[in-house]
Formats: sequence, structure tokens, C-alpha cells
Amino acid sequence: MRRRIADALIFLPAIVPILLLPVAASAMLTACDQANDGGGAIVLEWSKEDVLDAETVRIFRSESMDGEFEEAGSVPGFEVSFKDNREVLNNTPYYYRIVADLLDGSRVEISTTSPAMASVQYFHLGRLNILIGSLLTSFLVMLFIYKARAGQELYIRPIAGIEAVDEAIGRATEMGKPILYVSGLGSIADIATLAAISILGRVARKAAEYDTPLLVPCRDPIVMTVQQEIVKEAYMSMSRPDAYREENIFYITDSQFGYVAAVDGIMIREKPATNFYMGMFFAESLLLAETGASTGAIQIAGTDMVTQIPFFITSCDYTLIGEELYAAGAYLSGEPLLLGSLKGQDWTKFAIVILVMAGILATFFGFDAVQDWFITQ
Amino acid sequence: MQRQVPLSLCFLAGVFMFVQFFIPVKWMETIYSEALTWAIVISFFAYFLGLFSLVRLHANKVKRNQPDKIYSVVTLAGLAVMLFFGLVLPLAGLVFGFDTGLDGIGEGTVVNWVFYHMQVPMQATMFSILAFYIASAAYRAFRIKNLEAALLLFAAILVMIGRVPLGHAISEFFPDAANWILTVPNLATKRGIMIGVGLGMISMSLKIILGIERHYLGGD
Repeated sequence: MRRRIADALIFLPAIVPILLLPVAASAMLTACDQANDGGGAIVLEWSKEDVLDAETVRIFRSESMDGEFEEAGSVPGFEVSFKDNREVLNNTPYYYRIVADLLDGSRVEISTTSPAMASVQYFHLGRLNILIGSLLTSFLVMLFIYKARAGQELYIRPIAGIEAVDEAIGRATEMGKPILYVSGLGSIADIATLAAISILGRVARKAAEYDTPLLVPCRDPIVMTVQQEIVKEAYMSMSRPDAYREENIFYITDSQFGYVAAVDGIMIREKPATNFYMGMFFAESLLLAETGASTGAIQIAGTDMVTQIPFFITSCDYTLIGEELYAAGAYLSGEPLLLGSLKGQDWTKFAIVILVMAGILATFFGFDAVQDWFITQ
Repeated sequence: MQRQVPLSLCFLAGVFMFVQFFIPVKWMETIYSEALTWAIVISFFAYFLGLFSLVRLHANKVKRNQPDKIYSVVTLAGLAVMLFFGLVLPLAGLVFGFDTGLDGIGEGTVVNWVFYHMQVPMQATMFSILAFYIASAAYRAFRIKNLEAALLLFAAILVMIGRVPLGHAISEFFPDAANWILTVPNLATKRGIMIGVGLGMISMSLKIILGIERHYLGGD
């Protein structure tokens, strides 16, 4: 036993420096250009096992292997990658070295064996699937718009909520009560708000025709301005500019629940006979729809917010579900060009159903590449 | 001309935004972020329009002596107080070199006090009412009028029991069933709607970029 210990002690002076040296060649530090970017970035990756128990990992950079390394940044010890985008020149070779400060006070150094260069990519390959999908959808929509323009009859299935719009406006006229139109909390940059504005134009024309007051409380001043123009144009197109009241399309507040309180107050005081809720809605959807239901108004809602659809279905007489909101404007207008786009959407959906089924079969038989291709970056 | 210029601008901006999503070069990213900054600046100026609309509406109600004018008086008074202590008094303090300690937006100021002791509780009150509305809406939705309503009620009972500790205590079947309902039929339906919404967005965007849908400009 003593002899074994003595033998081990003989080798100790040789072992200790090895333990203090940088990690052996098996430790890997990879550095490569950040994929799919505009250049100026290099990504470094290392193995967690090589820097186990590290408190911090400092990253050093140099333009030559033997040159002076300057600190490029640091990350906490649990990280295993670093993106260097600080003054990195494109097409310039950089050598990297990481220094891990371990909890026991020692250090581990790992260096790259070959230089890395940042470069510009002129196309984001990770988004190729999105491009193909968008182009396919656009092609189908354009094809059916072209067909509609050529005079082809296009059948669009009836949507109960849209067909009830005229009935709802007629009811308000018969009762001598106003129509309330709420276009949600979205801004003018939201597609749902633009769809709501499109529907408002049709509702305003009917309201002008029947001489029924139309109240449009707004949450966004830009949306308010656009809606004032839409309603004004609608009244003018029906030769009723005298009946247009700019003050009926008004701004309330951008506070979510402040807006709800004000609109609920209007419902209670003015008792509109018809309430429209079209656009983007969040937690306020049920507060609005339930208050409207309690006043006995006929209610038509439409939103693309999946989480709010059940609330509207419960509390409203008719609900436009998801894409039906976008379809409503085209449907109400009856314009062949707009109806053509709906037909294009339906065919795209059919193509997606085929793709989903193909994906299920491919995954079932072990071809994961099909599924992977749909992952976006 | 009045329509062609905005339609052309919309087309150019729409095509640029689409293209820049696929081409990650720096100058395109810079234009994209600048455009977003412009949008914020423009929306700031639009608030003056909102303010004008608000004041005009409520001032008219007060002037016409309408029955519910008291609400308009409160709104205008609130607006005046916040503007006075949040904007006018601090500006006057800067110009004439005084500090009341009550103006501005920091802690201990009137604006801060009104926000935290009036606006926030009122907003919380509105939000809390939601719980009662959910109960009343659930009651209406779960009344068994037909087979679909019965299925809805059955699924709702399973999910409700499965999501509370009582469900775990009774049997592991309840949490498993609740999870299955939420992650299989419920999620499949949601995804179906979301695919439709995505396609609708592409179609709508295309119509706007190409000038086929132009209602947002006013008129037909």
C-alpha cells in the first residue's frame, strides 16, 4: 500500500501542471457566421461539460491566432453559446478564445482552431417555406380575382351573421333606436380593424338609407379619423350628407377598461337596438357583449381572436368566426373582385388540408423531413 | 390623383415590408425600424385629434344641457386636472423657476395619486366584474337545449373537475380527461380557426396592397 502511494507521489509533479493547463484537445469551441442575417455577427458554441461549474465565461477575440486577444463579452457560466455582434467586420477572419472562471478559483481556456468570418446573406433560407406558402396563397387569390374579373360566377356559402346585418339595422330603424358599432381595441395597423372598417362602410350606408343614428365609440384616434371619413362617405353616397353627425364617431380613451366602462354606459343610457362588435377584442369582449345582451339589443360580433370567440358565441345572436370577419366586407359588397379573393382562400385551405394529411402520413412512416420543413425561423 | 397617391404609397410600403421579411440586409432592417418609429410619432400627433373629439363631444353635452351631462362634467374636470398638474404646472415651473412638489408625474404628485388611487382601482373593478359575467354566460351556454349543448356541458364539467385539486383526489381520470379535451379536440379546433385567420390575413393584405380593398381610404 505504502509503495503504491509512493509510486503515485512520484508522478504527482507531472500530473498537477496538466490539471492546471487549458482543457485538452477534446474540448471544442466552434465559431461560425450567424446564419440568415445581414452580417456583422459570429456565433460561438461550446460544450457544457468543458466548462462545468463555471461562474462566468469570458469571450476573447483576435484577428490573428498569435495576436493580442481583446475581450468581446461575457456570459453566465450556465450558457453554452455567445453571439458576438460588437463591431464585427464582414469577411474578416476572427480567432476566439473563451476563459471559464470556475467556482473553485481555477480557470479553463478553450480556443478555436480555425478562424470564423461574418458575412451578409441576401436571403433568409429559414423563411423559404413562408415565401412559398405566401406565393401559393397569393397565386390562388389572384387567379380567382382574375376569374371573377372575367365574369365567372362564383358561389360563396351563406354566412348567417353577415346575412343578419340588414335585419339588425332594420330592427333598430323600426324601434327608433340607434345602432352601436364597436371596432375593438386594435389599431389601424391590425388587419381585423381594417376588416371592421370595411364592414362599417356597409353598415353606415344602410344606416344612412334608413335614417338611423349610428354611434361609433373609438379607442384609437387614427381609427376614429378613418371611421369618420368612412361614415361620411357612406352618407354622401346615399345622398344623405345632412344626416351625417361627425360627433357620433367619437374618441373615448385608449385605456382598455375605461373604454369598456364608457361603452357599457352608452348601452345602458342610449339603449341601442343593435350592437356590432367587429375587430380585435381581449378581456373586454364578455363585458361588452353581456351588457348588450342585458339591454335586449340584437348583437352581431366578429373577431379573429380565438380566445374571445366563445364569449361572443355565448352572448351574441350571431358571431363571425375568425376569417369570416375578413370575408364579411367582401360578402356585403358583393363585388366580384372581392368575392374572388374569398374563393382563393378556400382553395388554399383545401391545399393546406392535403398538406396536413400528407404530413401526418409522412410522420407516421418515419419521414420527419416533411414535418421539419414546416418549422419557421 | 387624390386616390392614386395613397394607393401607390400603400403598394410600395406593402411590397417593401413583404420583401424585407425575407432579405435580412442591414439597410432594410434600418428602414423597417425607422418606419415603425414614424408610426409611433404619427400616432402621438393623432392623440390631439382624439383630445379634440373628446372635448367637443362632452362640451356639447354640457352646453345642450343633456340629462346625463354630469358624466361629461366629470370627464372634462378629470381631463383639466390631469392636464393642469401633469403639463401646465410643470411647464410654468420650468419657465418661472418654481416647484410645487405636486406637479409632474413622479411619486407624491397629483397625477400619480389620481392614477394609482382612482384610475387603477376603477380599472380593476371593471376587470373583476368579468368573473360574474363569465358565470352568467356559462349558465346560458350550459343550459341543455340540444345535443350540442349537452356535450358542451359534459365537457365543461370534466374540464372544471379535472383542473382543480378535487379532481385529482377523486380519480386521475379527471385530470387526464381534462388535458385530453384541451390538447386534442380543443386545440385542433383552435388551430383550424387560426389557419383560416392566417389565410384571411394574407388575402386581406394582398387586397390592400394591390388596391382592390380600399375602404380604409373612405368611400367605395
